[in-house]
Amino acid sequence: MAIAKRPSTEMRERRFEYAAAPEATDHLKIADSYSLFIGGRFVEPHSRRRFATVNPATGQTLSEVAEADDADVDRAVTAAADAFRSWSRLSGAKRARHIFRLSRLMQERARELAVLETMDGGKPIKESRDVDVPLAAAHFFYYAGWADKLEWAFPNRRPRPLGVAGQVIPWNFPLLMLAWKIAPALAAGNTVVLKPAETTPLSALAFADICQQADLPPGVVNILTGAGSTGASLVGHPDVRKVAFTGSTEVGKEIQRATAGSGKHLTLELGGKAANIVFEDAPLDQAIEGIVNGIYFNQGHVCCAGSRLLVQESILEPLLAKLKSRLGTLRVGDPLDKNTDVGAINSRAQLEKIEGLVNSGIEEGAEIYQPACDLPERGYWFRPTIFTNVAQSYRIAREEIFGPVLSVLTFRTPDEAVEKANNTPYGLSAGVWTDKGSRILWLAERMRAGVVWANTFNRFDPTSPFGGYKESGFGREGGLHGLAAYVELD
Amino acid sequence: MSLTHLGSLMRGVRSVDQVGVEERAAALAKRSIKKASKLWALDLAIRCIDLTTLEGADTPGKVTALCAKGVRPQPGDASIPSVAAICVYPSLVATAVAHLRGSGVRVASVATAFPSGQSFTSIKVAETREALAAGADEIDMVIDRGAFLSGDYQRVYDEIGSVKEACGSTPLKVILETGELGTYDNVRRASILAMAAGADFIKTSTGKITPAATLPVSVVMMECIRDFSRETGKQIGFKPAGGIRTSKQAIAYLVVLYETLGPDWMTPERFRLGASSLLNDILMQIQKERSGAYQGADYFSVD
Amino acid sequence: MDVRKTYKLFAAGEFVRSESGRTYQPDGPHNVPRGSRKDLRDMVKAARGAFPGWSRRTAMNRGQVLYRAAEMLDGRRAEFRDLLGGGRPAGGQVDAAVETWVWYAGWTDKLHQFAGTVNPVAGPYFNFTLPEPTGVVGVVAPEEPALLGLVRRLAPALCGGNTVVALASERAPLAALTLGEVLATSDLPPGVVNVLSGKRQELLPWLAAHMDVNAIDAAGCTAAQLAQVQEAAAGNLKRVVQSGPGAEALSPHAALDLMEFKTVWHPIGV
Repeated sequence: MAIAKRPSTEMRERRFEYAAAPEATDHLKIADSYSLFIGGRFVEPHSRRRFATVNPATGQTLSEVAEADDADVDRAVTAAADAFRSWSRLSGAKRARHIFRLSRLMQERARELAVLETMDGGKPIKESRDVDVPLAAAHFFYYAGWADKLEWAFPNRRPRPLGVAGQVIPWNFPLLMLAWKIAPALAAGNTVVLKPAETTPLSALAFADICQQADLPPGVVNILTGAGSTGASLVGHPDVRKVAFTGSTEVGKEIQRATAGSGKHLTLELGGKAANIVFEDAPLDQAIEGIVNGIYFNQGHVCCAGSRLLVQESILEPLLAKLKSRLGTLRVGDPLDKNTDVGAINSRAQLEKIEGLVNSGIEEGAEIYQPACDLPERGYWFRPTIFTNVAQSYRIAREEIFGPVLSVLTFRTPDEAVEKANNTPYGLSAGVWTDKGSRILWLAERMRAGVVWANTFNRFDPTSPFGGYKESGFGREGGLHGLAAYVELD
Repeated sequence: MSLTHLGSLMRGVRSVDQVGVEERAAALAKRSIKKASKLWALDLAIRCIDLTTLEGADTPGKVTALCAKGVRPQPGDASIPSVAAICVYPSLVATAVAHLRGSGVRVASVATAFPSGQSFTSIKVAETREALAAGADEIDMVIDRGAFLSGDYQRVYDEIGSVKEACGSTPLKVILETGELGTYDNVRRASILAMAAGADFIKTSTGKITPAATLPVSVVMMECIRDFSRETGKQIGFKPAGGIRTSKQAIAYLVVLYETLGPDWMTPERFRLGASSLLNDILMQIQKERSGAYQGADYFSVD
Repeated sequence: MDVRKTYKLFAAGEFVRSESGRTYQPDGPHNVPRGSRKDLRDMVKAARGAFPGWSRRTAMNRGQVLYRAAEMLDGRRAEFRDLLGGGRPAGGQVDAAVETWVWYAGWTDKLHQFAGTVNPVAGPYFNFTLPEPTGVVGVVAPEEPALLGLVRRLAPALCGGNTVVALASERAPLAALTLGEVLATSDLPPGVVNVLSGKRQELLPWLAAHMDVNAIDAAGCTAAQLAQVQEAAAGNLKRVVQSGPGAEALSPHAALDLMEFKTVWHPIGV
C-alpha cells in the first residue's frame, strides 16, 4: 500500500523564531506618584518636590517619586531613632518573627516585585524573577534566623546594635541591595533609613508597602527617595551611627571623607574591574558561559562583573571563535520578555558613560566586535561588546565601564596571569577557569580580591560573604561576616 | 587511526564541568516558546521523530500499527506531517519496509547486539548487513561500553568503523548509552570517538537504561558536534532518545539545538527524536493551540 | 666611660639614620632620628616588597618567628626595663610585651579556624571564607606605654601576615627603636617591620595619604589626628582601625581587624 507522505506546509519553510513572550503586567499597580516612607506611613515630602522615574526600555515615565530634602532626612532619622529605643529592646526572637514575615511576604509578592524591578531598572525579567527577588527574600530569611542568636554569633563579645543605620544603595540590583542592607541591620537590632537609587526607587517603595502589610513597627524601616544630595544629607546626619553604601568608588571616597572623625561605623561596597582568567585546560564551553554570565549578566551593570578576560594565549583563537558565536545567540531587547538575555541600559547617563569608554577603546586601538542584533528604537540600549587587542594600559582595561563590554587580554604563564589580574586599584572579585585543582587553589590564594569564583562566575548567596579588597571598599555583606558590620562588640 | 593517535586524542579531550553544563541546560529549558513558534517547533518535532518500538514482545501486528501511526499521526488532518522514521529490531525491518514503501517514512533498525553491545564484532557486522538486506534505511548501533569504560578506545573505534563500512552510504547513528558512561567527560570523549570513527549521527541512549537522554548530556554532545564541524567541516546529526515523552521536553531539545548548533541542524537530516509516546502528546498540544481547549487522551489513538 | 648607642631607624632590616640627617631629643640626652616623609616612603616600599613572602609563609612559621621575638625580648629584659624608667611598672610592661608576642605567636595558625567559615550556599558549590592579610599596615603606636603600646598593635598585625611601618611614640621612641634590634634578630625577613621615629604631625599626613598603604592602625592618634587620618585615608580607601580604649587588650580581633575576608566558590561535580 502506497501512502504519500504529507506535503510540508508553508510554515515549515520559516526559520525558528521565538515569538514574543512578555511577562504579564496586569497584576501590577504603579501609583502616579509616591511619597516618603517615614515612621510607618507614606508622608508628603517637606521639599514638595518630585521627580520622574522612567522605564529605560521605553523611555516612559512610570511614576513620580518624592525628593527628600534635609528636613525630610531629619524626620526620617528621628523616626528611626525613636523606633530604635523599642526595636533594640525587643527580644531577638520577636525581631526574628518580624524579619521572617518580611521574607515570606516578599516570596508571596515575588512576581509583582520582579516585574516592578524589570520595568523600573531595565533588567531582564528572567533575572529579576530567578535571581534578584528570590535572593532578596532568601537574604531576609537568612538574617531573620540570626536575630535571636547574636550571642552565639559573637560569643564573649556582648553584641549590641549600633543605632540608626543610614543606607544608600545603587540602581543595578535595587531590591537585592536593599535586602543586603536592611536584613542584617534589623536582625542586629538597628533601625534604618534607606535611600534607593534615583533611577530605581519603585521596588524599595513596594518594600515599604510590605513593611506596612507585615505590621513592622513604625520607624524601624524608613525609605527616602531622592538623588545624590539626599544621600549626602543622610550620610552626614549626626544621629546616624552606621553608614552603609554600595556604589561607585568615587562616591565611596567622598563618604569616607565626609564621615571622617564622626565615629560613625562605615562599610563600603564599591567598584571593580575583575579579571576572569581562562587557562588552556579549562572546561571551555562552560568557561564561555561563565564569561558571558560574567559580563553580560544584568547588562554588565555589576560591580563584580568579569570585565577583563585574561586568556592563555594558546587558546585565544578557539575561545574567541566560540565566544563570538555565543554572542550571536544572546537575545537583546524587551526586558519583560521571558526570553530576553540582555535588557536595557539603566539610564541615559549610564549609556553615555558606556559609549564614552567604548569610544576611548576604539581610539586607543583596540578591536571591537559586536554581534548583529536589532535594538528597539526607543529606550537605552547597548550591544554586547567584545574588545580584543587590548593593552593593560587602555582605559577599557582599567576603568569600570559598568556595561556589557568585555576587554580581552592574554597571558602566557600563571605568574603573568596573577600579575595582570592584580594590577588594578580594585579588588572585588576574580574568576579562574582551569581543570587543575591545585592551580585553582594557587590562584585563589594570590588573587587580591574578596570573591574568587573558580569554574563559575557571578554566584551569590545570603550565607556567602561578599566585599572587596583595596579600592573596592571594606566590610562584608552576607553570612556571619555581614552581621558583624551591624553590631558593637567588645 | 593509529593506537597512539587515538589515545592522545582521547586524553586531549577537553573536560566538562558538570555544574556549569547543567546550569546551562536548565537556563535553556526556561525559554518560553509560544504561539506560532510553538506550532512551528511541534511540527518540526513530529518530522524529526524516530517512532520507536523495541520490545521483546514486538510483533508484525504491533509494527504495522506503528507504521500507520507514523505515516498519518492524525488521520483526517492533512496538516500533520509524517514522522521521520520507524525504528524497530532487525527481525521486524521487513515488516516495516513493506508498510512504509512509498510513504517517505524511513525504516531505522537497531543493530550490533542492541541494547548491550556485548557480542562479537563479526556478529555485529553480520547483523548490520542483514538489517540492510531487509531494507533498513538507517542503522542505529550501540557502542561497546565495556570496551570504552575499560579504556579500549581502539576496539570501540574499530568496531564503529567496521559497521560504518558495512553501512556504506546508509546513515549510521551511534548510540553512546550515556547513562552508562558515568561522566560528562566520558560523554564528550565517546562523542568525539564516534564522530571520528564515521558516525553520521550520535545518539544518546538505547532507552533501556535510566537515565536516558537528558538535556545536559545533549548540550555536551551538541557542543562536540559543533566543535567537530568547526574543525572538519562535517555536520554530524544528533539524536536524543529515551524518556522524551512531552511536548515541553521536545521543545526544550529544539531550543538547545537552535542555540547550540543553529538553524542548519533544525531538520530531520541532522536531528531526530527517538520516542514513542511523545507523538500523541505533541498532537494534543497542537490541538490545544488550535482549539484553545486542553485535550484528553481518549481522543488520540494509542498504537 | 660607656660606649653609647646611636639610636637609628629600623628600615628594610637595617639600622639607618634619617635621610634628612635630622635628630631630636625627646627622651633625655639621646639624639633620636627625626624621620622624614622620604624615610616613610622608603619604609613603605620595603614593607610592600616583604609582603608577598611574609604573607605566604606558613602560619606555623609565622608563629615560630613571633615566638622568637618573645625570646629575644625576654633576653633583653634588663635593657628595656631601664629604657622604660626602671622599677616595677617598667618590669611589668616588659613582661606584658613578652607575653603579647607569645600570645599572638599562638594565634597565627588559629585565625583561619576561628574566623573562617564554610558557607552552606543553596546550590552545588563548595564555598568558604578565609581571613587574609590586608597588606601594608601603618601602625601609629600610642604615646604610652612606650613599648607595650607598640607591641600590642604590632604583634597582631604581623600575626595575620601583614607587613608594617610603625610610627614610634613621639615622646618616648627609644623602646620602639630598640625593639627594632630585637626584631632584627628574630628571623623576621627584612622589611616586614619598619620603625620610624620623629614628629607625628609631620609624618602622619604622608602615611595616611600614601597610596600603597592598605590600612592604618590609629591606636596612637588623638581624636583630631584620627579625623585627619580618616579623611586622607579615603584617597585609596585605606581601612582605618580605631582601637579606642581597648587598644591594649589581647584579642584575636586585633589581628582580624587588619585582615580581609576572601570567599571562594567552586562547583561540586564529577
